[in-house]
Amino acid sequence: MKARAADRVATGVIIGMASLIMLVLVGLIAYLLFRGLSHISWHFLTSPPQSIKAGGGIGPQLFNSLYLLILTMLITIPLGIGAGIYMSQYAKANQLTAFIRLVVEVLSSFPSIVIGLFGLLVFVNLFHMKYSLAAGALALTVFNLPLMVRVTEQALNGVPREQKEAGLALGLSRWKTISSIMLPMAFPAILTGTILAAGRVFGEAAALLFTAGMTTPRLDFGNWNPLDSHSPLNPFRPAETLAVHIWKINSEGRAPDAPEIAAGASAVLIIVVLLFNFGARWLGRAIYRKFTATK
Amino acid sequence: MNAPVRSVEAAGDRVARFPQHKREEWIGRLYAYACVALLVVTIFSIVWFIASKGLTPFVSGAIRFSDLLFGRVWKPEGEPALFGALPFLAGSAYVSFLAAAIASPFGFCAAVFMTQIAPKLGRTVLQPAIELLAGIPSVVYGFVGLSVIVPFLREVFEGQGYGILAGSLVLSIMILPTITSIATDALHTLPAGLKEGSFALGATRWQTIYRLILPTTLPSLLTGIVLGISRAFGEALAVQMVIGNAPFVPTSLLQSAATLTSIITLEMGNTIGGSLHNNTLWSLALILLMMTFLFVFAVRFLERRAKR
Amino acid sequence: MMRKSIVLILTLVVAFTLAACGKNNTESGGAGASSDSPSPGSSAESSAPASGEALSGTILAAGSTALQPLVEAVAAKFMDDEKYKDISVQVQGGGSGGGLTQVQAGQVDIGNSDIFAEEKFKDADADKAKELVDHQVAVVAMATVVNPQTGVDNLTKQQLNDIFSGKVTNWKDVGGADQKIVIVHRTASSGTRKTFENFALGGPSQDLPGSIQDDSSGNVKKMVAETPGAIGYLALSYLDDTVKAVKYEGVEANVDNVASGKYPVWAYEHMYTKGEPSPVVKAFLDYMLSPEAEKDVIDGGYIPTSQMKVVRDVNGNVTNK
Repeated sequence: MKARAADRVATGVIIGMASLIMLVLVGLIAYLLFRGLSHISWHFLTSPPQSIKAGGGIGPQLFNSLYLLILTMLITIPLGIGAGIYMSQYAKANQLTAFIRLVVEVLSSFPSIVIGLFGLLVFVNLFHMKYSLAAGALALTVFNLPLMVRVTEQALNGVPREQKEAGLALGLSRWKTISSIMLPMAFPAILTGTILAAGRVFGEAAALLFTAGMTTPRLDFGNWNPLDSHSPLNPFRPAETLAVHIWKINSEGRAPDAPEIAAGASAVLIIVVLLFNFGARWLGRAIYRKFTATK
Repeated sequence: MNAPVRSVEAAGDRVARFPQHKREEWIGRLYAYACVALLVVTIFSIVWFIASKGLTPFVSGAIRFSDLLFGRVWKPEGEPALFGALPFLAGSAYVSFLAAAIASPFGFCAAVFMTQIAPKLGRTVLQPAIELLAGIPSVVYGFVGLSVIVPFLREVFEGQGYGILAGSLVLSIMILPTITSIATDALHTLPAGLKEGSFALGATRWQTIYRLILPTTLPSLLTGIVLGISRAFGEALAVQMVIGNAPFVPTSLLQSAATLTSIITLEMGNTIGGSLHNNTLWSLALILLMMTFLFVFAVRFLERRAKR
Repeated sequence: MMRKSIVLILTLVVAFTLAACGKNNTESGGAGASSDSPSPGSSAESSAPASGEALSGTILAAGSTALQPLVEAVAAKFMDDEKYKDISVQVQGGGSGGGLTQVQAGQVDIGNSDIFAEEKFKDADADKAKELVDHQVAVVAMATVVNPQTGVDNLTKQQLNDIFSGKVTNWKDVGGADQKIVIVHRTASSGTRKTFENFALGGPSQDLPGSIQDDSSGNVKKMVAETPGAIGYLALSYLDDTVKAVKYEGVEANVDNVASGKYPVWAYEHMYTKGEPSPVVKAFLDYMLSPEAEKDVIDGGYIPTSQMKVVRDVNGNVTNK
């Protein structure tokens, strides 16, 4: 009977701890939304920040975060998929592959601040990119690439063997089999993984402090020439992202409503992350359903 | 992302002729190989650039490596300037180990809950929740730490609130997903027969978990914990916001301390590039880098043990 | 070398792809031509006009985060001015050290700094400071602030020294409530800390175990406001009701006392150029000191140099103007 009692207590403790985790998460999100939502308005989301006066918004920062995310993904996705294909299809079981696997693992465990410092040294200084979106995107690529490789590799490994063999049996080249049979099959998994990775990129700050910079020049949203220095699309302008902005106003905020801005910006950030998370989940499920229904 | 999709449509039923077939394969291979080569180049250049900056203080003879590692006094602007990084090493180690100590039981319990007690509820509620925790940006954790945990600790323990404990608590939430997901994977891969055998012998669930599941999955659990510590070790902004940043080896959990990452974040911008102070910060980054390698090898070692 | 160039080439490829992607709405105006250059540092010198024509070019300023809001505010006004509409000013943070390093290396046009370049470039680097030209654009004063419940409103230099050296650990020893003192210091490399040490304490101070450190004024204010028994120091512009500014040797920290030289804890905000500034940069630096900018200086909580009745040199010697 003693064992039975211990079992009951232990089960209770485990359930308790699991509920506590839920409680922390719900509390966290509720707190952020509660503090921030009241400050979010159309004006807040679209107007530029004020350094000294109250009433500033986060418009440029929000734009920068999204634009930087797109830039990063434009670089990361082709590279990550290519390397993922290698890892899953071309890599032979030898020392070299083991070594590359180690490289991916190490790369994914580098602290983001170290990657930021590397970006400062190489992209910002050596390549003379200055603090810019381009430098930030490249640093984020370093940070995101291993994740992308792993996502692709796992997705490709999840494709049934028969599909691949059928392709090869038809006389297709290996590359053709991969690109036109396996990749489409793996697409839902890759997409879900990519969106989750995008959420991580969206919230990253430490790697951007020293690469994309902590300022945004005045942007002219009527000017979409990517080479003009006032254009929001210029990849060589410095850009402060939302996450960096939160860090900055928490530390150097001079505006009288700085705490509210920090809370509002945090709420926006968390909402976007939630959207990414649920979006990935929903999209993954929807595509899966479509694929399995048609095939 | 576009390329493969478009090529699907283009491919159609077209039968590849031999030369095109070969060319295709070549281009494809070249592309995949180039991507991998880039990965390797990236990692080497990271190590090379950080090391070449971080080693200058030792090469020029300004500081001895052992002085940096074991010096207890950080007085970069003093006369004479002293660069002892022990406080930061100790701070980093304290917060990350403590965070792992707090997060591990929670991670294990969550994994048990998801795999043994209520798999359905676990999969639909707890797992998404934990993944969400992983997705929350670190600045947001810092913001919450600053506005909730620090005041809370100040109320409870009568002190300044900033310090090791505040940092550890924030980090423990941040590394919980890492520990949980690895523990869950380990519990999932457990042969079903093992558990059923134990139940058949009349063991209760807790006995099964405690006597059987815990010992067999321990190496994997440790892997998760080491990964968690590794993540905590490298986390910068969230910790910097709540730890207090005094450059001393802390003697109490509630005392203000500093970590490798926090000192780099705070001082990098204020120091002149090329000065000894600045270069020493790069040395700290190098130490951080070396620690990453150490953690990766520890994880590999544990994984190999787990497989056996 | 090989590796570097591969990375470089890839970077370029990516950059061009990006440029091509977004080009659907290109306006091929001639006005943008001069500012197209991705390296503003070099473009500033490129377009100096011969006569009284409008100046055009790009100015890049980087450095002190304390000075950044002011420069940003003035830059916005400057760019709105009809005379300078072709000049684009970008202001970046990165810290005083970063600003000085970058201006010295020619990467930016202006390096913003809270302290004299001579104090940062020391020993082997001392020569580097000589290449820089100092433009003092404002004065920033610092007040000692305490948590409102500590019950003190004046501290002498000696008392401050006792507190920051750890000799006095309770507020009741300096005439306040019976409360433990919590020191909120800045990091060792901070310009604000240097100013406070030099002019309030009279010399370098020790870090004490248990003290809190941060380098950002916002955090310091928050910490002092929320932590019982806390003491720190803040620029006047950050002061509000949540913290209490105490008098220094009986002198209140306010603009008048600073301007007349009665209150000693202040420093210049510097904007350094490498060598004499180009006409474009000079136009902006002149604007920083103009009556138009003065309002922003005052609004930002700084003191215009024109109001100062005293001057101070690198070595801290104060003389009447």
